[in-house]
Amino acid sequence: MNNYEPIIGLEVHVELSTRSKMFCSCSADYFGKESNTHTCPVCLGLPGALPVPNKAALENCMKLGLALGCKISDESRFERKNYFYPDLPKGYQISQYRWPLCKSGIVKVRNKIGEVREIRINRVHQEEDTGKLTHSGENTLIDYNRSGVPLVEIVTEPDFRDTEEIRDYAKKIQQICRYLGISNADMEKGDMRLEANVSVRKVTAGHPELVEGSLAHAGPTSVGDSSSTTRNDMLPPYRVELKNINSFRFMVAAVEYEIRRQIEALDKGERLIQETRGWNENKKQTYTQRVKEEANDYRYFADPDLTEMIVDSDSVKKTKEEMQELPVDKQKRFVASYGLSETQAIMLTDTREFADYFEEAVRVGKEYSLQPTKVANTLINKKFNRDEILPAKFVEMLVGEQEKGVLPDEELEKIIAQAITDNPQAVADYKKGKESSVQFLVGQVMKFTHGKADPNRAKELLTEKLSSRV
Amino acid sequence: MTHKNMEITELTLTQILKALEEKEFSEEELNSAYVKRAQVLNAGLNAYVTVLEPYEGIPAAIKDVIVTKDVKTTAGSKILENFLPPYSATVIDKLESHNVSVLGKTNCDEFAMGSSGENSAYGVTHNPWDTGKVPGGSSSGSAAAVSGDMCVFALGSDTGGSIRQPASFCGVVGLKPTYGLISRYGLIAYASSLDCVGPIAKSVEDAGQVLEWISGPDGKDSNCSKSFTFSREKIKDGIKGLRVGVPKEYLGEGLEEGVKETIKSALSKLESLGAELIYVDLPHSEYAIAAYYIIATSEASSNLARLDGIRFGGNRDLFGAEVKRRIMLGTFSLSVGYYDDYFARAAKVRTLIIKDFEKAFKKCDIIAGPVSPTVAWNIGAKVNDPLAMYLSDIYTVPANLAGIPGISVPAGFSDGLPVGLQFLGPKWSEEKLLQVAYNYEQSAEWNKQKPNLTVSP
Ligand SMILES: [Zn+2]
Repeated sequence: MNNYEPIIGLEVHVELSTRSKMFCSCSADYFGKESNTHTCPVCLGLPGALPVPNKAALENCMKLGLALGCKISDESRFERKNYFYPDLPKGYQISQYRWPLCKSGIVKVRNKIGEVREIRINRVHQEEDTGKLTHSGENTLIDYNRSGVPLVEIVTEPDFRDTEEIRDYAKKIQQICRYLGISNADMEKGDMRLEANVSVRKVTAGHPELVEGSLAHAGPTSVGDSSSTTRNDMLPPYRVELKNINSFRFMVAAVEYEIRRQIEALDKGERLIQETRGWNENKKQTYTQRVKEEANDYRYFADPDLTEMIVDSDSVKKTKEEMQELPVDKQKRFVASYGLSETQAIMLTDTREFADYFEEAVRVGKEYSLQPTKVANTLINKKFNRDEILPAKFVEMLVGEQEKGVLPDEELEKIIAQAITDNPQAVADYKKGKESSVQFLVGQVMKFTHGKADPNRAKELLTEKLSSRV
Repeated sequence: MTHKNMEITELTLTQILKALEEKEFSEEELNSAYVKRAQVLNAGLNAYVTVLEPYEGIPAAIKDVIVTKDVKTTAGSKILENFLPPYSATVIDKLESHNVSVLGKTNCDEFAMGSSGENSAYGVTHNPWDTGKVPGGSSSGSAAAVSGDMCVFALGSDTGGSIRQPASFCGVVGLKPTYGLISRYGLIAYASSLDCVGPIAKSVEDAGQVLEWISGPDGKDSNCSKSFTFSREKIKDGIKGLRVGVPKEYLGEGLEEGVKETIKSALSKLESLGAELIYVDLPHSEYAIAAYYIIATSEASSNLARLDGIRFGGNRDLFGAEVKRRIMLGTFSLSVGYYDDYFARAAKVRTLIIKDFEKAFKKCDIIAGPVSPTVAWNIGAKVNDPLAMYLSDIYTVPANLAGIPGISVPAGFSDGLPVGLQFLGPKWSEEKLLQVAYNYEQSAEWNKQKPNLTVSP
């Protein structure tokens, strides 16, 4: 039996939530709007119209690049990616190719066995979205409201080895976009789109079988300055692009299916080809969409309508300063300043709103000498609607409980465990269906705690514990 | 007033502005005179694709590659036969804010691709000096309309000489400004890094007036952001001591004898006005045509991709032969495996040409030379020889590659046909450029000569 290693690269598109479009002043908010109402000569690609770049979008692209550890190019350019498609009004997409705004970043992800692995980011660049086609019967309708909406593309090197890494990576990108407030990064709404390049290679006695000189993964997107030639030189001679999959779950399923399919094919001695595949959810299979004889030739060249973008170190510094604190940094700070565990810090920084809530509660709680760890524990363990209870109110409740001498959950749980061990008969009775045994155990807990426990909470936790001990 | 006995249509823009101010005639009289003459002469010259009937403002002719709201804009192509733009170019808005009206849209080579005016889907424009000759191109109709007094002035566009060369062939003034001085918003793009809108006028002063109206930064064109000051009065200052550079490369092989003699006597005239003639080198000029046709066609292949017949216009099989030829050339130059040898190399040549001019302008203030190696040729003479046609742009193309301004001024005649003298200046040097052009024009007064066109009642 041969050992294979998956080689996966990701291309993620994120639509920025700027007020206006990338190159004109039309509103970029197209979701649910009447077709072709957010259009002008520029985003309709009318003869004579010219693009003018949206500075806010470029700043957001730069922020995302910085968040992903990229270097900001002091000189970058917009370029034209030429191809014909009805949703592309100019016959080219304004994008970036040889001179992207951000290059060479690193994102750390966890794999299936919990190890931290580094994924290299080849580039983060700015481009524009296309219009939207709707096929109805014989006809195809085009809505140009989306045409020209700012889009950022994040391209990784082929560094992913399992789908857990992909899951973690996509979640991190989404989280960072939301933290930075640059996009909702909602896959279902199309704010965030994933494409995966999947191939597998044989691993013999710990050494992957190398195909020398093959650059199957170094497609047009990684021509930039790839610092990874040594690794790229050893890639399989084909790659399968998984495209047009608009759900994260389906993407993971498709990648897993592809890995299995490719390994089986190679084991049978079949030759795999360069192709684009989609996902059939009913059959739970990938299927061929387009077989590429040769790479697409997009005839990229610098867009003469747009001047070179010069970014000096001062404006990079300024952007960095204006940037929201990123999840990783927040986590580190929470551990250092509040004495939280790493797990707690990760949970509390899940969203910026949650982290802000926590910090506000800590700030208010300080006046009552409430420990940050106490705030953290309660926030993580107690599920309640944070929109309804403001941090100050939450602290008030917490302090109230403490003043009443109410035992915190973790101590209460210890006592409950003790009561269960000490009263096997009552436990057995409960299991037989004698509900009133719980009341007896609650009484025991109250006795142990000298009345300091909240009897309702004690009953809740007891019932939970007893039902789980099947 | 010297022009009391002249036809209204013979007056220059400068004279008309003064006459209107002094109420010598009304705007309505002005417009009806021009509309009548344009309509009558157009039958023979085919300078206009569309003639409107304005009754107020200064009637101007607009090359049909500049979009005009709700006025058909064809770019000389069948593909845009019924295209009604929903917006106007920035230059049109600016002109309208200065009381200029659009008298009509002028014929041109399809998408401004051509040097003779023969590539229009709407038929060839005839040279007012000899209707058997081409008017030059691609701003063929604009130059012919000014030459034939069928408008007060015209707008053209110059990508490789398309204002200067037809101005030269038709005996009028044509100015290609510094790239980025005039907004391109609304100019149907041929080659975006080279295209410039500019005036074609009856005098240098007129060209200066139009330049004043249409230049300046535009938030809709990323390449047009520099503020620019220009004084029309300053161009009347003398040119004593001005260093005029004469490039050896522009007076060498391929230059018609009659043109050469005309240019030489024009240079002597400049000397007699106090200018100092200096020979300068532009060593990379010989590569300019090759570089130009790679860069221009590459950009064009992309610019014309939007004409897909989906949102406006007809199908792509309606493109004419020359447009198809250039789309193919450009597509080829940009393709993987050819990009480095063609497009990238042409870009390097472009840089060398820019440096040639920078070096030359250290030795002189303004460069002078011919606009075209020949005078207007017979209609049909070069249609089957695209290369010969391309070579006729040899003296005009370098200015576009370098982004510098150039002007064509009438300098006399050869075989009864007008010869244009070209002045080139450093970027943003329009004031000096027009100053030397004005001084020359005033001393020679070639622009006072008019073609013999009969308007039968
Ligand atoms: Zn728009």
